[in-house]
Amino acid sequence: MPKFGKVAVIGAGQMGSTIAAHVANAGVPVVLLDVVPEGTENRNILAETALASMLKATPAPFMHNSAAKLITPGNLEDHKGLLRDADWICEAVIEDLAIKQNIYRMVDGVRGPASIVTSNTSTIPLTHLVDGLSDSFAEEFAITHFFNPPRYMRLLELVLGPATRSEVAGALQEFCDVHLGKEVVPAKDTPGFIGNRIGIYWYYVAMSAAIELGLTVEEADAVVGPPMGIPKTGIFGLIDLTGIDLAPKVNATMLSMLPPDDTFCREFDPDGPLVSILSKMIIDGFTGRKGKGGFYRMLRDGSRRELQVRDLATGVYRALMHPRLESVEEAKKGGLRALVSHPDKGGQYAWRVLSRVLPYAASLVPDVADTIHDVDRAMKSGYGWKFGPFEMIDQLGSMWFVHRLREEGADIPPLLNTTAGRPLYREKGRTLEQLSKFGEYEAIEVPGKAWSLSDMKRGSEPIIANGSASLWDVGDGVACLEFHTKMNTIDDDTLDVVHEAANIDQRGYKALIIGHDSDNFSVGANVGLALFAANTAMWSLIEEKLAEGQQAYLALKYAPFPVVGAPSGMALGGGCEIMLHCDAVQAHAETYIGLVEAGIGLIPGWGGTKEMIARAFALEGRSGGPMPPVVSTFETISLAKVSKSAREAQDLGYLRAQDDITMNRKRVLADAKARALSLTSDYKPPQRPKLGLPGLSGLATLQIIIDGVVREGKASEHDRIVAMALATVITGGETDTLDLVDEDQLLSLERDAVMSLIRQTKTLDRIEYMLDTGKPLRN
Amino acid sequence: MTIYQPPLRDIRFVLHELLDVGRYQNIPPFSDVSLETIDSILEEGGKIAEEVLFPLNSVGDQEGCSFENGVVTTPAGFKQAYQTYREAGWVGLEGDTELGGMGLPQFVTTAAAEMMGSANLSFETYADLTKGAALTIDTHGDDEQRRTYLPKMFEGEWGGTMNLTEAHCGTDLGLLRTRAELQKDGTYLITGTKIFISAGEHDLVENIIHLVLARIVGAPEGTRGISLFIVPKHLVMANGDLGDRNAVFCGAIEEKMGIKGSATCVMNYEGATGFLLGGPNKGLHCMFTMMNKARLGVGVQGLSMGEIAYQNAVAYAKDRIQGRSLSGDKPSDRVADPIIVHPDLRRMLMTMRAFTEGGRALVLWTALSLDLARHDPDPRARQDAEDLVSLITPVVKAYLTDMGFEVTNLGLQVHGGAGYIRETGVEQYVRDARITQIYEGTNGIQALDLVGRKLPAHYGRALRQIFHPIDQFIIETREECALQNISGLLAKSFRRLQVATAWIGEQGLKDPEQAGAASRDYLRLLALVVMGYLWGRMIRVAREALFRDTGEMKFYESKLVTAEFFMTRMLPETSSLLSKIMAGKDSMMALEAEQF
Repeated sequence: MPKFGKVAVIGAGQMGSTIAAHVANAGVPVVLLDVVPEGTENRNILAETALASMLKATPAPFMHNSAAKLITPGNLEDHKGLLRDADWICEAVIEDLAIKQNIYRMVDGVRGPASIVTSNTSTIPLTHLVDGLSDSFAEEFAITHFFNPPRYMRLLELVLGPATRSEVAGALQEFCDVHLGKEVVPAKDTPGFIGNRIGIYWYYVAMSAAIELGLTVEEADAVVGPPMGIPKTGIFGLIDLTGIDLAPKVNATMLSMLPPDDTFCREFDPDGPLVSILSKMIIDGFTGRKGKGGFYRMLRDGSRRELQVRDLATGVYRALMHPRLESVEEAKKGGLRALVSHPDKGGQYAWRVLSRVLPYAASLVPDVADTIHDVDRAMKSGYGWKFGPFEMIDQLGSMWFVHRLREEGADIPPLLNTTAGRPLYREKGRTLEQLSKFGEYEAIEVPGKAWSLSDMKRGSEPIIANGSASLWDVGDGVACLEFHTKMNTIDDDTLDVVHEAANIDQRGYKALIIGHDSDNFSVGANVGLALFAANTAMWSLIEEKLAEGQQAYLALKYAPFPVVGAPSGMALGGGCEIMLHCDAVQAHAETYIGLVEAGIGLIPGWGGTKEMIARAFALEGRSGGPMPPVVSTFETISLAKVSKSAREAQDLGYLRAQDDITMNRKRVLADAKARALSLTSDYKPPQRPKLGLPGLSGLATLQIIIDGVVREGKASEHDRIVAMALATVITGGETDTLDLVDEDQLLSLERDAVMSLIRQTKTLDRIEYMLDTGKPLRN
Repeated sequence: MTIYQPPLRDIRFVLHELLDVGRYQNIPPFSDVSLETIDSILEEGGKIAEEVLFPLNSVGDQEGCSFENGVVTTPAGFKQAYQTYREAGWVGLEGDTELGGMGLPQFVTTAAAEMMGSANLSFETYADLTKGAALTIDTHGDDEQRRTYLPKMFEGEWGGTMNLTEAHCGTDLGLLRTRAELQKDGTYLITGTKIFISAGEHDLVENIIHLVLARIVGAPEGTRGISLFIVPKHLVMANGDLGDRNAVFCGAIEEKMGIKGSATCVMNYEGATGFLLGGPNKGLHCMFTMMNKARLGVGVQGLSMGEIAYQNAVAYAKDRIQGRSLSGDKPSDRVADPIIVHPDLRRMLMTMRAFTEGGRALVLWTALSLDLARHDPDPRARQDAEDLVSLITPVVKAYLTDMGFEVTNLGLQVHGGAGYIRETGVEQYVRDARITQIYEGTNGIQALDLVGRKLPAHYGRALRQIFHPIDQFIIETREECALQNISGLLAKSFRRLQVATAWIGEQGLKDPEQAGAASRDYLRLLALVVMGYLWGRMIRVAREALFRDTGEMKFYESKLVTAEFFMTRMLPETSSLLSKIMAGKDSMMALEAEQF
């Protein structure tokens, strides 16, 4: 259990309510309070409205709707008493010092001893917030700065005051990291902390430079996007998302708080073209996606839809053009250095942006953060950058970078001068080191229970590896199976390593975990290869591959040691099936699991169908007779249901009661390893299931269901074919309840079903469409 | 003395018995054309080929075209023959009926083209170019352009040309330099020099409509900045009469190895007036829409040359007596036996025959698919047909022209020393056939198109149109006693094709040079398997006919024997092709350029 048994959030606005939702996601009861608006009958209206709208919002703030029940809505006048037993009171009201302080005084009067109070402020210094409040309040106060939306953005900046007690800091750190799953980065009490300090400057520089150098909106986004490891929204797409109307306010706040000699204050031009473009757009209602559109807009004219882009010079919208920049092409091969070295306008622009933003970040250490690693962590987890500013400098080469800055007469921040050509990070044996503010390398500690696979891989060799998958030693006799194809699709080479993994005990290992550092666990079998084989009528090859996959997964299931799946992100199709064969799963909370084969006109053929029906039969307390498990399995697979969180996967039967959820991405592998080790004593492989499936009579029942759905027009003729193939497998083929169907029979039925479906043109059409567009084809 | 007889019976066999084109009578454009009409049209075509074009074939070769003061004169008799050909409606055979064409399906026009090509390849180029240009204007022109040019072109009163190649660029059109400058009236001034322009200038027609690829001033570099222009030799006035002579002139004609009756011109555009066709910078796109048809057309020429070479070789082999039969049991009152008794002569004749009959099935199957791709009312069927055409077109073009050349060469060999003598007339076929491997995209380019573009597109979707029917055919026939043997032979080669396809699919993704190194052999492997499949289907049809006893026993029995020859003596080449493909690129690419 977390140390915090109850949390209160004050302020039911966008941030407050979604912070409350995320606390509820962690399974902790939370009180959500706001003021009583004048003239309303329902005195809880603000919190209640927020709660109701969160249940409908996308992206969903809740991981599971049941979490909403953990939130108690209320108001600040009638429900102060609810704060009394709250362990943590998080204030998230508007950025107004007087209002915040009024609340603090009220809170201080009612809160329990040793309770902690924090603010979610992004702009007001902590020293101002606690000014004039009691000493004990200041000792138990901190800033916990969440990023929007709190469920999905991993960064949490933790700012402590001089009086904040270390136990308070420790408790917040622990709760936010372990239970809320946040990347907790310690920040100093300076304006904008880390993320916004650099981010707001980055917004300004990236937009201004695009205007100055005459790039179009799409060109700019193509440069300050994927080539730099930045999400493809780039800069203009990002501000459309965050809201253009916020920019002047945020800039004004930062300018008022920063010392006048700060680079941002010196460079900001209140009369410049950017400021006038933004203010014109705001006046005209082009505030971004929430308004009439922003730098991009979707023009809907009858059935015609056209994505348009605003011309930066004229303000006129025109059709989107796909930019072609040689620099961007070069960067695909030559990386960041090739990008900024290219003479075209994309290269010039990239250099202009990075030659300002990276030195700016360097100038902030140690004033806003103690270490460069903290800065990098903040920018990666708060802005979705793949690389932090200092990792980018290393990619450019610190020597080269400083040299080019110097050539251009730029000021070199002291930190960069201390590098003297050395990289900012270096690997020493199995340790990653960073350059400290004193110009010396110091080790970056990896917590025992929060590591990435990359931490284990550093300085060591895989046990076995090929182009698609690897096996690593992650200590204590545990091995880790890593996928590393594009989107971690599973191909022949992957299966080879799976086979090896199933024999890892012969190399002295006592447990296996399956997981890695990528965003997505696996999107399933490489169906591109299957489609090519089907198009060339290589049926026997396809059947062989099916059997190979089945055997590989079976080998994992019955291996004489525990196997624990550790998924995060998408675990679809064959990626889901491998987890269904694990002894236990330790899933990241943000895991999207599903058997999606029906969407491409197939059914799970690597034992997934078999495992799902076997699980449904084995479910404790299920309704009697063979049909309830058959029907529920049929629904899940035929509708290709995908969970929107790990919690939801439990409802869908993809995760079992004995499977567990880890909130923090960085703790998934460690938790999985601990789980695997806990299973090693007296480990016995699972029993081989034998099921009393209903056979043809059950098939007839399912056929009635299918016919009904097709008749109602909710499913196509081809859906019927796919559904019937599925129904044949999960009812056990030509059997009846008195006979027991074993695994081999079920696997053979799976193969037959897949082989009949993959000969169907409409299945091939579905696969092709999925590969081309990433979306299912309804045919 | 050379001979030519139109292979009408065999064409009918392919169209009616193998492809059963009557099945498609429900498709609108074909419903007006009865099966009898098709047969009589082809009979007429055969007559013109045999009686009008064929007699001029060697004349055209010996005399060639002449060039004087910008004027090109075609060989004696061409002009008169062209009048006959034109008046019978052969130029507008496939043209839009509303604009004076006959609107016939491709499978008819293709069958006719085979006969015309056999009879006189040089002559046929003039009409072919007109048809190609007319099709392009029909597809991409606006109404005014279509009304202005097409009726006269379909009638054959005006000719047409395609102007792509320049001295420094052939295959790589992105390099082309001919300029187009926009004028105030919306027309363009075209300036530049084009080479290798077939029918660029000649005396058969009163006007020539040139289609010219050029770069509009200020257009992007490379293939994205190329536009297509209509540049008539004589500008056409509003009332349809011919107006001023346009500033486009023939600077010279080439002296060539073959097709000497066809004028291959250097064309100088000296600020000629041009009219944009199909939008700025869309030139390559416009060219591509006629590419499939044009490439199929050249493939047919390979077949044409094979057919005429075969007919003459057979005639000679039956007539020429030399040596005795090895079996000694060929009673003869002559001092020696006709050379047709010798096994090696048979090897050559059967190879030629198996190629022409199988090749005919291949081109007409492709032509029918081209019709279905355009006209089938079911969009799915249109897409399937389009997939098939896109995949098979480079195969038809390259395989049939490579084989066409091989077979003319065999034809010459059958003639022994006489074949090498000009007067005999068969060495002309070797020389004429040689160009077909080069123009309309060299056969190397066809092979690259196949492995680099057609094969990987949509995860091999187009392959499905070939691989699935073959797979199905093998499954259907492997249990049939009479076809088991053939089915097994085809299955073996099909397996090789599958293995090679998977290998290229996989290797090509990692290393395009591997796919490139395999391309020519792969194209031939695919062609052989497709021919094997078509031969398999022909066996089935012939067996059914024999069973029904149609009274043409010899015809159908010959089919069965020829099929067996193909299956047992030509198809096995797939084995060596697979070995070569799997050997990879290493020995090809290892030497540095300086080591050559």
